[in-house]
Amino acid sequence: MSITKASTQTDIDQIASMAHGIRHRVLEHTVKNNGGYLSQACSAAEILSCLYTKLVNLAPLSSPLEPRDFVNVPSKNFTEYITGAEFHGEKGPALDRLFISPAHYALVIYAALIETGRLTEKSLEKFNKDGTTVEMIGAEHSPGFETTTGSLSQALSQAGGVALARKLRGESGKTWIFMSDGEFQEGQTWEALAAISFHNLTNVRVIVDVNRNQVDGPMEKVMSIEPLTERIKSFGWDVEKIDGNDINQILAAGSTFQDKPKVILGYTDPAKGIEILKDRPDALHYVRFANPFEKIKYNNFLKAWK
Amino acid sequence: MAYEIVKRPHVENFVRWSKFKPEVVVLSADLTSSCEVGKFRDTFPERFFSFGLGEQNMLGFAGGLAREGFEPWIHTFAVFIYRRPLDQLEMSVAYPNLRVRMVGFLPGITTPGGVTHQAIDDVNVLRGIPNMTILETGDATEVESVLDVAHEVDGPVYIRMLRGEISRIFPKNEVMEFNTARILSTGTDVTVLSSGISTEEALRAIPALQEHGVSVQHLHISTLKPFTDPRVIESLKSSKYGVITMENHSVIGGLGSAVADLIAEHGIGKKLIKIGLKDTYAHGASQKYLLHKYGMSARNLIEATEKLIDKNLKISEEELSQTRVIDVHSTAKAEAL
Repeated sequence: MSITKASTQTDIDQIASMAHGIRHRVLEHTVKNNGGYLSQACSAAEILSCLYTKLVNLAPLSSPLEPRDFVNVPSKNFTEYITGAEFHGEKGPALDRLFISPAHYALVIYAALIETGRLTEKSLEKFNKDGTTVEMIGAEHSPGFETTTGSLSQALSQAGGVALARKLRGESGKTWIFMSDGEFQEGQTWEALAAISFHNLTNVRVIVDVNRNQVDGPMEKVMSIEPLTERIKSFGWDVEKIDGNDINQILAAGSTFQDKPKVILGYTDPAKGIEILKDRPDALHYVRFANPFEKIKYNNFLKAWK
Repeated sequence: MAYEIVKRPHVENFVRWSKFKPEVVVLSADLTSSCEVGKFRDTFPERFFSFGLGEQNMLGFAGGLAREGFEPWIHTFAVFIYRRPLDQLEMSVAYPNLRVRMVGFLPGITTPGGVTHQAIDDVNVLRGIPNMTILETGDATEVESVLDVAHEVDGPVYIRMLRGEISRIFPKNEVMEFNTARILSTGTDVTVLSSGISTEEALRAIPALQEHGVSVQHLHISTLKPFTDPRVIESLKSSKYGVITMENHSVIGGLGSAVADLIAEHGIGKKLIKIGLKDTYAHGASQKYLLHKYGMSARNLIEATEKLIDKNLKISEEELSQTRVIDVHSTAKAEAL
């Protein structure tokens, strides 16, 4: 076990303020557009803030980047395809890589990139607008994305391939994957867990937003994945279960590791910080206001919030 | 016509070919010897990666490795490339146009393994996928030379691969060329386009047709996508009575459909008869039996020709060249499947 980076109270205050900023931006956007992936901001704000500030060793950017306009999809006739990984900075053998798996978290990822100075503030105005890369479900041209994983559970395998390539080249940098808990219902996730463990890719780090909610409602009503810790452990991984909204716990779990690939299961509150979300049980995946009064309620919450 | 029979050409050829290509890695899903890469595994263990029975994940790993500059060569049965992990093939490999080579063994009815092992609609499924290149091997020379063709493609490639005892129909130095049909005979009455093992079957019938005065233009197709070869278009235009396609695949979405597209797009206006599996699955039995049962044999090419020229040629069974009977328990196969 080793602690790679010490965190000060200033760091923690900064991360907390960043997490608040993510929620604020996503709520503002949701109110303005009468809908959005709001609950994911509530659950994952601390995890993403910790990843982008302290845990993932990404090259810094000199200034926030503008999102690109969409030009074309990749093909052998179009080689100028841009990658959303540019928002994660230059690659390097000793640097880390970060793969975002649940692509429907895009709005939250964009907000996190803005909060960490990697994406310009006004970029959210382009969200889901025709002709931009700031898409509703991120693809690999979208800011922060390196793979196209709107069809869930495919990032872990692809990142596994990247981690294997890096191991073959003797690189020391880690490969991080941010995942959602619903992806553990997909068989491919378990294939990938087995393969990463079997091929001894000890530099792989997975952090999961276990918010226990999916499109049809609470996971225990749709398809239970528990006991997740024991299941993943039995695949040969180091697993740590934490409160995924507790910055100290996230930083501690993200900086200590054994000689194994590691999964951090961050159990989170899908209404964290915006408790009025609890008034709409079983319908948290995408928040669309049912009537004008609900919108007023959220707008009032936003105005009162600072 | 008796061809030289080559036993398991891919085994040695792939090792030789990849020796000085350190970027070439092999990904296998528990069918290593069955896909003739056991020797590669033993020769270059540091470039061989086993994924067990987990093709969805294997496709993703291949994508990741390709993004980092490696050239993954997936070796498994064709059905386990395009059926089970199709979403992974599309999103993790095809969309990003990655240089992943998918070597699919047991195309069509070349296996007694039955419906679960017979890739009868792979060309149909994969032709619709943007960025895909589709190649098919028809003899030992193509099994050897398809490697160079695939290696040059900037994007994903799917190969319908042959294994075991394979005829050498084309001279060893006449290698496969990308998007270039082989013109096996020239003629003006009927144009026959065949691919894969169907070419050997067509070659049993065509000499007999010619004996009976039919002028046959015969092209062997090894690139199924892209399908823009001007030789093909010219051959379609030059046929007096019409066109016959012959493929080890469903008649929907494969070579026959690709030819139909060309005929329509170029306003050629010729009749087309598609020989292949007629929108049906097959079952487990020998190749010879299945070719007859499902109407994909030399005899069916005779009948299709007679239909186009509207004439009974009265060609006897003796006039057809011998069928090469492949022993399903041949020592050239790793297992009965």
